[in-house]
Amino acid sequence: MTAPAHQGWFDRRGWRDFIIAAPYAWLVAFFLAPFVIVVAMSLARTATQSPPFAYLPQWPYVRLDSYGRLFTDTLYIRSYLVSIRNAAIATGLCLLIGYPMALGMTRVSRSTQRLLLMLVILPFWTSFLLRVYAWIGLMGTNSWFNRAATAIYNALVPADWAITSLHMMNTNFAVVLVMVYSYLPFMILPLYANLEKLDLNLNEAALDLGSRPWQVFKDVTLPLSVPGIIAGGLLVFIPASGELIIPSLVGNAADPMIGRVISDQFSIAQDWPMASAVAVALLVLLVVQTVLYSYFDARARAGAEQAP
Amino acid sequence: MPASNAPFIRIDGVTKKFGDFTAVDNVSLDISRGELFALLGGSGCGKTTLLRVLAGFETPSVGKVSIDGQDMTGVPPYGRPVNMMFQSYALFPHMTVEANVGYGLKHETMTPAARRDRVKEMLALVQLSPLAGRKPHQLSGGQRQRVALARSLARQPKLLLLDEPLGALDKKLREHTQFEIANIQYKTGITFIVVTHDQEEAMTLASRVAVMDKGVIRQIGSPAEVYEYPNSSFVAGFIGSINMAEAEVREVASGHARIAVRQLAAELTVTMRENFSTGERAIFAVRPEKLAIARTRPDGAANVIPGTVQDFGYFGKDSLYRIKLDNGHILSVNTVNARRLGVGETAVTWEDRVFLTFEPGSAILLKAGT
Repeated sequence: MTAPAHQGWFDRRGWRDFIIAAPYAWLVAFFLAPFVIVVAMSLARTATQSPPFAYLPQWPYVRLDSYGRLFTDTLYIRSYLVSIRNAAIATGLCLLIGYPMALGMTRVSRSTQRLLLMLVILPFWTSFLLRVYAWIGLMGTNSWFNRAATAIYNALVPADWAITSLHMMNTNFAVVLVMVYSYLPFMILPLYANLEKLDLNLNEAALDLGSRPWQVFKDVTLPLSVPGIIAGGLLVFIPASGELIIPSLVGNAADPMIGRVISDQFSIAQDWPMASAVAVALLVLLVVQTVLYSYFDARARAGAEQAP
Repeated sequence: MPASNAPFIRIDGVTKKFGDFTAVDNVSLDISRGELFALLGGSGCGKTTLLRVLAGFETPSVGKVSIDGQDMTGVPPYGRPVNMMFQSYALFPHMTVEANVGYGLKHETMTPAARRDRVKEMLALVQLSPLAGRKPHQLSGGQRQRVALARSLARQPKLLLLDEPLGALDKKLREHTQFEIANIQYKTGITFIVVTHDQEEAMTLASRVAVMDKGVIRQIGSPAEVYEYPNSSFVAGFIGSINMAEAEVREVASGHARIAVRQLAAELTVTMRENFSTGERAIFAVRPEKLAIARTRPDGAANVIPGTVQDFGYFGKDSLYRIKLDNGHILSVNTVNARRLGVGETAVTWEDRVFLTFEPGSAILLKAGT
C-alpha cells in the first residue's frame, strides 16, 4: 500500500525540514531583515521628509558620517561607557545576590525547590512597567523605603552629615538598583539549572579528602558552575547594556545610557541615521563579546578532549 | 595514647534513624588493624549508612565510633583519618587524573616535591602513570575506578571505606580488580571496609564478613564460617544457594540428631552445632554441592533421598541438577566434574532415577524461626 501522492511531500522528512526551517525563518524575518534595514538607515543622511532620511543623489550614495560622529561626539562615547559600567555593576550585583540564592535553592527538598522557583518567576506575572513605577514610588523622598534608608544612613554617619532624605530618583544608583531587581531572575535561573545538576557526591569526596566547606565551594562548586555564571552574566549584561525603560524612568539625563540615546535620536532629534549607527555599534559591541566567549569556550572544550 | 589492647575500629552501639526509619539498629562491631572487612547485605539493609557514619557524613542517633582509640563523635569528615571510595567514584570532572589523586594532599603539610612523589607513587600503584594528564571523561570505567582508589589512598588513611567498589565494572574486570584491591590492601596494610550486596565479592575480598539485614548484623565471621556454618536461615539463604526444609527432632544422641523432614519424606541424621531436644521444631539445610548423586542406592550411607532428575545443566567444570522427589519437592544438587567420563560412559541425565546422599556433618540444623 502506498500513500497518495499528495501526501508524499509532507511526510516525516517534510515535518523535520519544516521544524528546522521555522526558527531560521523567524530569525530572518524578525532579526536579520530589521537589522539590514537599520544598517541601511545608518548609511543615509537626515532629510526633512517622511521617513526623515535620504541617500546621497550620486555615487557612492551612502555616507559613513554617522559612524564618524560616534567617535567625535563625547555624548556617544560617554553613554557607551555609562551603559557598560551600569550593566557591569548590575551584573556583578546580580551574581552576588543570585549565586547564594541559586545554591540555596538546590539544597532544599524538591517541593520547596518548586515553590522557590515559582517565587523567582512570580514577578514576571506583573507588568514590567508597573514594577518600575513601583520603584519610583519607593525611591521618592516621602516613601517608607527612603525614610528607612535615610534613617540607616543617618545612624551610620556623624550627626552634622545628617540629611532629611536620600536623593535616589534620577541617579545612576536608581538605574542600577532597578536593573538588579528586574534582571535577578535571569541570573538565578541559569545558575540554578547548572548548580542543580552538580553531583553532591563530589562535595562529599572533597570533604572526605580533607577540605573544609569553604574550600569545597572554591575547589568544586565554583569551578563547575562557571558555565552557569557565564550564561547568567550574558543574560543580564546584554539586555542591561541596551536598557531603555529603566534609565528613562528613573535615570539621570546628564548620564544617559545608550538605549536612551538611541530613543532620543529617533524621536526627539529625528536623526534616524545617527540612531541607527548607535544601535549597530551597540550590537557589534555585544556580539563581539558573545563570539569571543563561544570561541574560548569551544577551544577550552576541544583542549580538554585532545589532552594526551 | 590509645590503649594497646583496644580494637583499631570500634563501632559501639550505633543506631541511625531517619525520621521513623531505623537504618542502623544498635550495631556494635570491632575491626582489627589491617583487616579487609566486608559489610554484606541487600539494598536498604543499612550497610551504606553505617559506612557513612564511619566517614562522618552521618551522625549516629545513638552510640559512637572510635578509630585507633580516638572517639570520632563530632569530628567532621575532613578531620577524620578515614577516606572513602565512592560507588560513583565522584572524580572531580574538571581536574586531571594527577590533580584528582593529589587533591587530598593539598591539606597535608608536605613539600611540593614530596606531594608530586606521592602522586607518582599512587599512580604507579594502580598502574595509571601514563594517563596522569587525562580528565576523568577520557577514561574507561575500570580506569576511573583505579583513579578513585589511588585518590582515596593518597593521604594514607588509617581506614579506607569502599562503597560497592566493583559494582560498576563488567564481570571480567571485576575478577581482575577484586584481586588487585586485595593485593593493594596487603601492600599498604591499611584497614579496608568494603560495602557490597554481592556475596561473591565479599567472600573473595574479605578476611571477615558481617551479614546485615534491616539495620542489624546477623552474623560475623570468616567467609568460610558464614558459608559453612550460617547461624540463621536468613544468612544461610543470603549467602550462596541452599536447600532448606522444616524438620522435627526425633532423637538426640552423641552430637547427632535424628530428624524427620516431611517435605523430603525422609528421616535424616545430622550433626548438631547447637543443642536441640527431642520433639523440637528445626530447620534442615544442605548446600547443593554437599549432596552426592548416584544411580544405584549406596550401601551404608547415613542419609539417602531418592528422586528423579527433572532438570540438568552442564557448565563444564560442574553440573547443576534439579532433583524431583517422589512427593514433588525439588532439591538442587551441584556436582563437580572432577573426572572425565570414560568411553561409552554417560553422566546422570534427564529422567534418571537417582539417590542423593550426604554426610551428617555436611548438613546444617538451625533453630526454627531464625
